[in-house]
Amino acid sequence: MDALEIARWQFGITTVYHFMMVPLTIGLGLVVAVIQTAWYRTGKPEYLRMTKFWGKLFLINFIMGVATGIVQEFQFGMAWSEYSRFVGDVFGAPLALEALLAFFVESTFLGLWIFGWKQLKPAIHLACLWVAVIGSALSAYFIIVANSWMQHPVGVEMINGRPVMTDAWAVFTNNTALVAVPHTLFGALAVAGGFLLGIAWYHLWRRRHDGVDAVGADGRVVPGEDARIPGRDRTDYNVWIRSLRIGAVVAMISFAGTAVTGDLQGKLMFQQQPMKMAAAEAACHDGTGFSVLSVGNVGSKNCDDVVAVIEVPGILSFLAKGDFTTEVKGVNSLLPEYKEKYGTTLPDNPIYGDRAGQEIQYVPVMEVTYWGFRMMIGFGGLAALAALVALWITRKGTVPESRWLMRLAVFGILAPFGANAAGWIFTEMGRQPFVVAPNPDPSGIDQVFMFTAAAVSPGVSAGELITSLVALTAVYAVLLVVEVKLLVKYIRGGVVSAMPELAHAPADENEDETPRPGGDGGTKPADDVLAFAY
Amino acid sequence: MELLPTIWFIAIAVLWTGYLFLEGFDLGVGMLMKLFARNNTERRVLLNTIGPVWDGNEVWLLTAGGATFAAFPLWYASLFSALYLPLLVVLLALIFRAVAFEYRGKVDTDSWRNRWDWAIALGSLFAAFGVGAALALTTTGLPLNANGDREGGPMAWFSGYALLGGAAVVGFSLLHALAFLALKTDGEVRHRARQWFVRLLPALLLPIAAWALAIQFMDGKPWTWAAVVLAVGAAITAWLLARRGSEGRAFLALGAFLVLGTASIFGAVFPVVLPSTLDSAFDLTISNASSSDYTLGLMSIVAAFGLPLVIAYQAWTYWVFRRRVSAAHIPEAHSFLPAIAAKAFTTKG
Repeated sequence: MDALEIARWQFGITTVYHFMMVPLTIGLGLVVAVIQTAWYRTGKPEYLRMTKFWGKLFLINFIMGVATGIVQEFQFGMAWSEYSRFVGDVFGAPLALEALLAFFVESTFLGLWIFGWKQLKPAIHLACLWVAVIGSALSAYFIIVANSWMQHPVGVEMINGRPVMTDAWAVFTNNTALVAVPHTLFGALAVAGGFLLGIAWYHLWRRRHDGVDAVGADGRVVPGEDARIPGRDRTDYNVWIRSLRIGAVVAMISFAGTAVTGDLQGKLMFQQQPMKMAAAEAACHDGTGFSVLSVGNVGSKNCDDVVAVIEVPGILSFLAKGDFTTEVKGVNSLLPEYKEKYGTTLPDNPIYGDRAGQEIQYVPVMEVTYWGFRMMIGFGGLAALAALVALWITRKGTVPESRWLMRLAVFGILAPFGANAAGWIFTEMGRQPFVVAPNPDPSGIDQVFMFTAAAVSPGVSAGELITSLVALTAVYAVLLVVEVKLLVKYIRGGVVSAMPELAHAPADENEDETPRPGGDGGTKPADDVLAFAY
Repeated sequence: MELLPTIWFIAIAVLWTGYLFLEGFDLGVGMLMKLFARNNTERRVLLNTIGPVWDGNEVWLLTAGGATFAAFPLWYASLFSALYLPLLVVLLALIFRAVAFEYRGKVDTDSWRNRWDWAIALGSLFAAFGVGAALALTTTGLPLNANGDREGGPMAWFSGYALLGGAAVVGFSLLHALAFLALKTDGEVRHRARQWFVRLLPALLLPIAAWALAIQFMDGKPWTWAAVVLAVGAAITAWLLARRGSEGRAFLALGAFLVLGTASIFGAVFPVVLPSTLDSAFDLTISNASSSDYTLGLMSIVAAFGLPLVIAYQAWTYWVFRRRVSAAHIPEAHSFLPAIAAKAFTTKG
């Protein structure tokens, strides 16, 4: 592997990893804010418990997103200095604005929320969480504006070989971004939905399994209590059944949201990046059919190796254009167009290193784009379907005793994560060999593009890149194990793990002890400066 | 003189100063976890002084980096790629440190806490040292060729200035943290922090003063020399105030020292943002490294509204958590209650 390939692996690994934490942060943050709002308005103890429990898991995950996010910002300059020089005038601004207008908001107000349970009035404390959640959504907007400019460069003019921003409005309202932002936010909510559903299922199952909850003759649940375990009362039952239903509904709504926005993205992709569209289908020839299954070597350079076994006529046209007859161009007809416009070989420029003069591979790695596209849709759809089934199964108030079904629900948490990762891998790999993709679409500026081969830092050696790739991957792997272990520990512990006060409340009368949103926080001494102390 | 690039040079100097001012004390508190705190309660006192604010402080670094990318892409690209390995160390340090703050209290055993205490202390040390080295090198220069790329291999960035800058930020952060702890805690920790502050001030400020002076001898202008003199005055004032027991004013005086010190350094090197040690023709300056006026203008408008807002709500955070923390405030360790987990393991089938 040379420096370029190592740098690409590093960017891919660190980004996919970072984007395991990010959707959970965005999605779960919003869900916790809604739940705390419900507590504020109704004062029901289960909503307080849900806020504390899901809030705890949110924080364990949030910090990993913060820690791995810094790597992303530094990486552009460290490993991709030529890219940074080329795009800095237009790409740097959304990054700087993300830090200035979003990260500050998110981190500061989350700090207030974590530590301010007692210092702040309940309404202000709740508002802090909402502000932090809006901050994370804003950060998603800014970073996707930056990414969308790489997919669809707009609002610039080429001056001295570099794109210079001339129309900020065009950059910040790039149509690619306007559909990618809601798509990403819905994707994040899908992660949160699956997370709530799986964990709540586990706890309802646990309660049945331990004989706390029973099922009556009519099949309806009879919630019970286990006095030996703090917090395992009827309120606890409400916590989990509500969490389960919220999770299932969120999962279904967010899948619908990703489907609608994803459809809009497909239509833009057809105009803006036709080669990506063809690669998503592993389509060699022009056609209208969506491939459900293609066999043979979909990554083959020789198109005759790919045979579409099951194909639904018209669907691909619908994805691309909204009708059932438009011919979507395949790789065979696109290749000559790309070669004519952007050349057949990389220019003889030292910036390309050993790759100068090599033939340009305009077709992305089709195994990745073809399967990435299908994994995204497949995982997303499966999770939504499972949520629907889960709602039906639990209509009488609890889950079945089946251990396997419980395991399925818990491992199902991973499906939306997989859909998110597959979607990003598809869209980023589908853009290759460009790091900034040219736009054949007449509304785009066709001459703004950059080959990935030209983007890497010329002064940085393969040795340095290998060092960082190994170091970051190893540290990330260790921290993933730590995070998952902590999450599992707190999940198993249940609400009391996030609310030790439940164990110290006198004689399980905690319904009365539960602080009211309007109250002063019960019996705690007024000078207790630490509510959520480290 | 170009107006917008000058404004953005000042803005980036302000962001770095803000970063060193705010994260300075939380990096220092991190290092003091192992150097100063004597037991777990004291360590928790230390942690809780910065608990609500450290993450917001760290965003100043991200904003300084992002603003450099947006306003001076060539400076950002050359500096970050030339300092590849030291910045990797900074990143790893910041990762461990951030995770450690959050995870330290999540398992109730001494070995778990001790491991994360080391992560906080060493993470803070390496982050402070690396940031200091990078800042010093951007003022003293790197072996850059005509394209702005580093010549001479992975370690070609290294020079005595890297060590000096690293020591400067580590020393300042430790002292700033002592001033902060004296201001934010009560009881034994408060008094010991003030004692240490008075005793260690000269030694801890020596490297940063040496860096500021070295820059003045290379590129000093009359007003930056004056800033250095004022900075020394601020340091002496901080020392006198701390000895008298005026903790708040001592903290502010040390803050004034930092502001004057960074102003003297950034002011002296202006308009060069990153000199090349190979050929001064390859120096990156505010003119040849900056973005277009359009981009800088847009950023100026947003920053003019955004930065005061950030300062306002961060100041509010410090107001909300203005009370001193003392050992008496630390609730007993929430020992984790593994009620259900224990059952899950012991119950069969």
